[in-house]
Amino acid sequence: MPSLWIRNARVIDPASRRDAVGDVFVRDGRFVDSLPTAERRRARQVDAKGLVACPGLIDVHVHFREPGQTHKETIATGSRAAAAGGFTTVVCMPNTSPVADNPGTIQLMKDVITRDAVVRVLPTGCITVGMKGQSLAPIGSLRRAGVVAITDDGDCVQSNDLMRRAVEYARMFELPVMDHCQDHSMTQGAVMNEGVVSTRLGLRGWPNAAEDLIVARNAILSEHTGAHIHLQHISSRHSVDIIRRAKARGVRITAEATPHHIALTDEALVTYDTNFKMNPPLRTEEDRRAIIAGLRDGTIDIIATDHAPHTDYEKDKEFDFAPNGIIGLETALPVSLEVLVRRNRFRLPFVIDLMTRRPAQLLNLPGGTLTPGAEADLCLFDPAETWTYDARAGQSKSSNSPWHGQELTGRVRMTFVAGRAVFADGRIVAR
Amino acid sequence: MPWNRRHLLTLEELSRAEIEQIHATARAFKRTLQPGGARVPALAGRTIVNLFLEPSTRTRLAFDMAAKRLGADVISFDAASSSTTKGETLRDTAENIQALQADMIVIRHAAAGSPLYLSRILDIPVINAGDGAHEHPTQGLLDTFTMIEHLGDLRGRKVVILGDILFSRVARSNIHALTKLGAAVTLVGPSTLVPDSFTALGVKVSHDLRGALADAEVVMLLRIQHERQAAGHFPSLGEYTSMFGLNKARASWLNPRAIIMHPGPINRGVEIDSELADGERSVILEQVTNGIAVRMAALFLCAGGRPEQLPA
Repeated sequence: MPSLWIRNARVIDPASRRDAVGDVFVRDGRFVDSLPTAERRRARQVDAKGLVACPGLIDVHVHFREPGQTHKETIATGSRAAAAGGFTTVVCMPNTSPVADNPGTIQLMKDVITRDAVVRVLPTGCITVGMKGQSLAPIGSLRRAGVVAITDDGDCVQSNDLMRRAVEYARMFELPVMDHCQDHSMTQGAVMNEGVVSTRLGLRGWPNAAEDLIVARNAILSEHTGAHIHLQHISSRHSVDIIRRAKARGVRITAEATPHHIALTDEALVTYDTNFKMNPPLRTEEDRRAIIAGLRDGTIDIIATDHAPHTDYEKDKEFDFAPNGIIGLETALPVSLEVLVRRNRFRLPFVIDLMTRRPAQLLNLPGGTLTPGAEADLCLFDPAETWTYDARAGQSKSSNSPWHGQELTGRVRMTFVAGRAVFADGRIVAR
Repeated sequence: MPWNRRHLLTLEELSRAEIEQIHATARAFKRTLQPGGARVPALAGRTIVNLFLEPSTRTRLAFDMAAKRLGADVISFDAASSSTTKGETLRDTAENIQALQADMIVIRHAAAGSPLYLSRILDIPVINAGDGAHEHPTQGLLDTFTMIEHLGDLRGRKVVILGDILFSRVARSNIHALTKLGAAVTLVGPSTLVPDSFTALGVKVSHDLRGALADAEVVMLLRIQHERQAAGHFPSLGEYTSMFGLNKARASWLNPRAIIMHPGPINRGVEIDSELADGERSVILEQVTNGIAVRMAALFLCAGGRPEQLPA
């Protein structure tokens, strides 16, 4: 493999606090300080003038639907969508068919990943058998099989006692527990945020309190057990406040926010467009602002997409009957840049940090840095390019995106995994 | 003013002038309902499909009557007899109805927003006959039509809507129509069924029945769907009746000329005493009759009916 010389980029590496125009060098799949002159001539050179070079993005919350729901997405197509979005590491949720509650299913995924994935794809395992919330899955065996965290994802464990045992047990392995915080008793039949807009539309509301209660429960369980609990896609302003207070006491909780929860509100639902239907739902402007404030002050640690593909014919239904979720990998970077950098004056290196170094730290993943010696996972993007997003032309097998047809600013130009280009100028170039 | 909507989906999107135009058209049609009234076969040769995917008696019969009075051919079918029970999507069902050369669809569906969804798929007019807890526009139109018959201009009129507001499409359509027509609307009922979020629609919310009924000129009762969604939102029908049921003593708090309305079906002895439902202030059956005229107007206008076709 030839060495790589990326020239004249704005190099942003939050881990080393680097933010300057310069070069990035790669040899044998790892970053190096520089290359000898002779080797530079033989190296693959990329003129990156005007582009940003940063660590490959990391998303700890995606649904790749394989095995079992490969009409929506596969590890092959999902990992290509990741590459197109500048992501080099993604963490898959276990709600496949069958669910990933046993080492055999994890091994199957790993085999498919080895065969089909163009970026690093890491599995999670279930907290409970069948994701049914009744008895603990073989968490130790799942860990041995290679999961990076456990979670029952959309089926939040409702029993406080079982959740307590799960986090207590997982702590033995220092295995993070990720939780989709939702009290099911309060969200029966709910399809959108409960509030003024649900009142107008006559749709059943999902109140903030249903998230807040479980966020508070998890803060309490983490404090009592010392376990690391990661709170997925926070959507409620009250939850942000609960997390902030818990963190101030030193509780080991972390939290993520999605691009859609920082960009959109439930006002977007007035046309009953199912590409705005997700769980947790889009909430109010007050919630949206609180989540951005949470990202700003570190209450919320990272950005994650909750990339959730569904086919056109599944989404093309009465609002009540359409499945929850939208795809996000190919729009996460431009949407985050728009909301955080342009509209809320976040510094660009800070936003990169939310999508690289911090998610790596959160789950003890490799990557997330340009430090010499690290695996050369890299994203090269044009922060100024404005383009029209065509979800149907994207790499994901599905096109359920609220940004379809919209103009976005900021476009990924190249993605490298271990020094190899996997995506370049609109095309997948891996293998 | 020309009518330029093909669909009737919500009252929220209609202007005051559009509501008044439907009312005026309904008034013309109402005269034809009298014995010996002139028939107006404005929709002769057209086929209207009533796609009722949720049970209905009054609304479906009234749409049926209205369409036949206008000379249209009517085909009605319901969820039990449709392919939706075989898993056919609403899109496919509707596209098939259109391919079968229907000229108009009247839809009742449990899912809010489904008429809007259909209107985007189909080329033919879509009339909303009730979508989930969202809207029931022809009900809101016939209710305000009935109020105007009794009270004249609704500007400043005090209207109380009492009962299960949260799950009521009738309440929402009435709220939109009444606020556009200038009425002062107060919603009353248990706090779990009348949440404060409704104040964003330009109405008052109250849990004090006596205060709200004082001097009200209209009280509209809504059915308490205790067997359905509303279960768990209040202790029991008995407690509801004791707190919010309309009886003779409470009706005495109303303005002397007040009318009592109910969109049906009535739970006698729950939200309203039988004596009041059948009493002289009750306009419940007038609402039903007006429902034909209003639906004739809605079908006529959305099918492109012209003013010169209206009965003199």
